[in-house]
Amino acid sequence: MIAIVDYGVGNLFSLKSSFKEIGYDAVVTADPQVILSADKVILPGVGAFGDASDKLFSSGLAEVVLKVAENGTPLMGICLGMQLLFDKGFEYGEHKGLGLIKGEVKSISEVIPSNLKIPHMGWNSLKFTAKSEIFKYLSDGDFVYFVHSFYGANCPFVTATADYGYPLTASVQNKNVYGCQFHPEKSGETGLKILRAFCELGE
Amino acid sequence: MLTKRIIPCLDVKNGRVVKGVNFMGLNDVSDPVELASYYSKSGADELVFYDITASFEGRAIFTDILKKAASTVFIPLTVGGGINTLDDFDRVLKCGADKVSVNSGAIKNPDLIKEGAKRYGDQCVVLSVDAKRVDGKFTVFSKGGRENTGIDLIDWVKRGVDNGAGEIVLNSIDTDGVKNGFDLSMLKAVSDVVKVPVIASGGAGKIEDFITLFKTLDKVDAGLAASIFHFGEVEISNLKKQLKNAGINVRI
Repeated sequence: MIAIVDYGVGNLFSLKSSFKEIGYDAVVTADPQVILSADKVILPGVGAFGDASDKLFSSGLAEVVLKVAENGTPLMGICLGMQLLFDKGFEYGEHKGLGLIKGEVKSISEVIPSNLKIPHMGWNSLKFTAKSEIFKYLSDGDFVYFVHSFYGANCPFVTATADYGYPLTASVQNKNVYGCQFHPEKSGETGLKILRAFCELGE
Repeated sequence: MLTKRIIPCLDVKNGRVVKGVNFMGLNDVSDPVELASYYSKSGADELVFYDITASFEGRAIFTDILKKAASTVFIPLTVGGGINTLDDFDRVLKCGADKVSVNSGAIKNPDLIKEGAKRYGDQCVVLSVDAKRVDGKFTVFSKGGRENTGIDLIDWVKRGVDNGAGEIVLNSIDTDGVKNGFDLSMLKAVSDVVKVPVIASGGAGKIEDFITLFKTLDKVDAGLAASIFHFGEVEISNLKKQLKNAGINVRI
């Protein structure tokens, strides 16, 4: 069973449906017991870093997610959920992250050419920079769907980048902790292949 | 780099796609869910569902269809038609929409864009505009292009983006249905003044129209069409192949 952590941000309908599509049961839950007993855990998120970080820590779910990571259960952060895995974020002030992935979350405006639009929104191709099991069904150059204005900086755990006048962090992995800046649940067949590979970890 | 996007638009009335379609292999050519799935497999980059029913029952059927589409099609979905309040945003987002397109609702109440962007983020709010030349000036029309608002197009899109619209769909009434190509001068006027993605709509009749669009206007991010896809005059997988051959960056 896959637990999708519900801490009050974002729309989880598509995410839940995408697991069903590939034949896995997923539940959207805020129950620590359910999350801790799940085979795999997804940390979703849309919105602003500060607001999401506050909700995650104040609800007590941050501790649960940290415990999941410590137990060795495969954990995947998606979009803002990936950013929350980092040490800290600089979206409207400085905010604390979970500290599972070394690095900071900064505005893409600091690194991309000024003629490019923000957010980085649409389909971009992946360039793999390190081996990661969740990409076992993919090829270099496969397209995934992004919507974001902030990115993971100064990170030694990057596994793929997307070129937007700068190699933006597209995915990260530190042992059993995975993160995707893009939305696998909105990335067509390619996205479903990533979710399938994640679900198959340890099977 | 980001690819140029191809977006089919499905006008849905009483649970059926308007403008009947004729595809090989589809059991029910007017079933929005089946058509959405077909487009997704053919390489469509996003889908727009436009609710053109006005009745309460029609609206319930529409949200039901949207839910079904969102559970089988895993590409971004934009929903428009009848979006007048934040409750309408909430209703369609809960059914799996990723973006919400506002048009006449924003003309009636310009704060709708601001409120939607504040609650759901700029990336969620699409400002859809129907415009037409009146005495040589690009002018905004409402109610599906029937009513002249007297508002200047450039002022309107600038204001919309300032209020938080994350994307503009520009539909030219002058070229719509003519099938002789997109309205390049109107699109240029808009894409020159906004920094958010601009989606071209109205006028595409053949593959070359999309090539001309992207070759001429680098700042236009996507091309949207309805009947030419539904009637099979332009087949999306073929369109994308030809765009790629023409040196345009697309997802294949």
